Amino acid sequence: MPGALAFAEIREGAVSRASREAVGLARRIAADAGGETHVVALGPPGTAEAATQLAAFGADRTWVGESEGLALCQPDIAAAAIARLVEAGDYDAVIFAATSQGRDIAPRVGARLGRSVASEVIECRRENGGIVVRRPMYAGKAIATLRFTPGPAVMTIRANVFAPAGEGAAGEISSLDLEGLEGRVRTAALEQGDRDRLDVSEATTIVSGGRGMQGPEHWPLLEALVEALGDEAALGASRAVVDAGWRPHGEQVGQTGKTVSPNLYFAVGISGAIQHLAGMRTAKVIVAINRDADAPIFGVADYGLVGDVFEVLPALTEAVREARRGD
Amino acid sequence: MKRVPDSATRVRVTPDGAGLDPAGVKYVVNPYDEFALEDAIRRREEAGEGKVTVVALGPPETAESIRQALAMGADEGVLLSCAGSHDALSVARALADEIRGREVDLVLFGKQAIDDDNMQVPQMVAEFLGLPCATVVVGLEIAGSEATARREVEGGHEVVEFPLPAVVSTQKGLNEPRYPSLKGIMAAKRKPLEEREVTLDAPTIEFIRLDEPPAPAAGRIVGEGADAVPELVRALRDEAGVL
Repeated sequence: MPGALAFAEIREGAVSRASREAVGLARRIAADAGGETHVVALGPPGTAEAATQLAAFGADRTWVGESEGLALCQPDIAAAAIARLVEAGDYDAVIFAATSQGRDIAPRVGARLGRSVASEVIECRRENGGIVVRRPMYAGKAIATLRFTPGPAVMTIRANVFAPAGEGAAGEISSLDLEGLEGRVRTAALEQGDRDRLDVSEATTIVSGGRGMQGPEHWPLLEALVEALGDEAALGASRAVVDAGWRPHGEQVGQTGKTVSPNLYFAVGISGAIQHLAGMRTAKVIVAINRDADAPIFGVADYGLVGDVFEVLPALTEAVREARRGD
Repeated sequence: MKRVPDSATRVRVTPDGAGLDPAGVKYVVNPYDEFALEDAIRRREEAGEGKVTVVALGPPETAESIRQALAMGADEGVLLSCAGSHDALSVARALADEIRGREVDLVLFGKQAIDDDNMQVPQMVAEFLGLPCATVVVGLEIAGSEATARREVEGGHEVVEFPLPAVVSTQKGLNEPRYPSLKGIMAAKRKPLEEREVTLDAPTIEFIRLDEPPAPAAGRIVGEGADAVPELVRALRDEAGVL
């Protein structure tokens, strides 16, 4: 019976939520065919310990490749190791989270296996023995339905769409041989930003600011709201404010920025250009705060509040803080 | 380089789900590819020598987009003419076949095309050519035949080192692409543009159909000004269950 393989990213000894989502989908796809779920994790010596967490998420087998050089992700080594594992194993689905690493590595694996990759998948099912997926195109303005030809279905899955794997029976841990694998590129350093906040692509709650914020000096108002919303919240920005140099590009939500699907999205002082809506319309709950009652953003918002952002934001931050304190 | 619908385009899908309704769609050079073009042109200008070749794959109208790249300052264009495809692997193979045999130091791509959003072709081309590959690059320094790139990753940057020749995919932030000058536009008309038909391999992912996303459920305005904040918070907590 063909099984499914998920790539797990281990950061600072912990399995990321995105990786648990990949494992969750792998379990479902494998179970549908009566096959096994395998997980592969790569990292420096000591990774096997973190992998025991992975094994507890219900994978039948967790492959762990350890090497001194893997403190940072080395994409060629990861791609070669995973492709080798897939060729030697019996997998008809190979699942990556659509993170920086996943997006970088999956196509390298695909090329090695002679397979295209379905990127940013939002639905996945077995149909007549094959694997059918749906994925956004044109930044979510259209959704494509695709079917893999026979062979491993290599895909990256969009964050915050699939249910993360819950606890399951602990499986076996096997060591993955990385002997002889070398990279053509070498990741030399990781420069983390000066904030320990989540990236907009990983957050379950996003507060985005637009031109209506009137200048970068007013961002502390948005930061305060993010803080009140808790650890899973992040700051986003519209293209207009990134182009104006008010905020870094890494925060941009939209067709030429990041496409996000958080549980809760606040659009503050954002009018709602098509390219912005494309990047956030799949958020589960959208709140728009804007002075202009005719702004297009209200057309996609679940809850709209018409008003001056400088008046509304402090009140909202305080009310959110109180509401969450009440939990 | 790829020709894509402008990001301000309102996408309409044909009723049979076969694809995009081309009516009223404005096509542009893929915005991420402009960073790649700009980087290539600047390097040639700074070196005072070298050649920038633009390779694009797509329908015959793609030639217009290649002319735009030539107007920015690229030296020559190659159009691999075909109907186009959503399948990254077969496109990457055709591009790699074109690049193989050419003497290149750097193969630059935009990090993704804003139509298919696949984000796969640069990495696949690199694999087919056996070249180093750095993706989502916002900084690129080259000293001799050694390159150092800064890649955008979640919450920060990765520094990646590799020898040339190499494949690099570019991200917003690398540079500010120039607009073609009138002189550039005139000069582009005389620059060589070679057109060749290619046949792509059968896709390993079959396209079934395209649909428009469901229209968002009608929301409601909870009120005006700070007075409406309590109702908003109540709704988020009690109705939506997201607080």
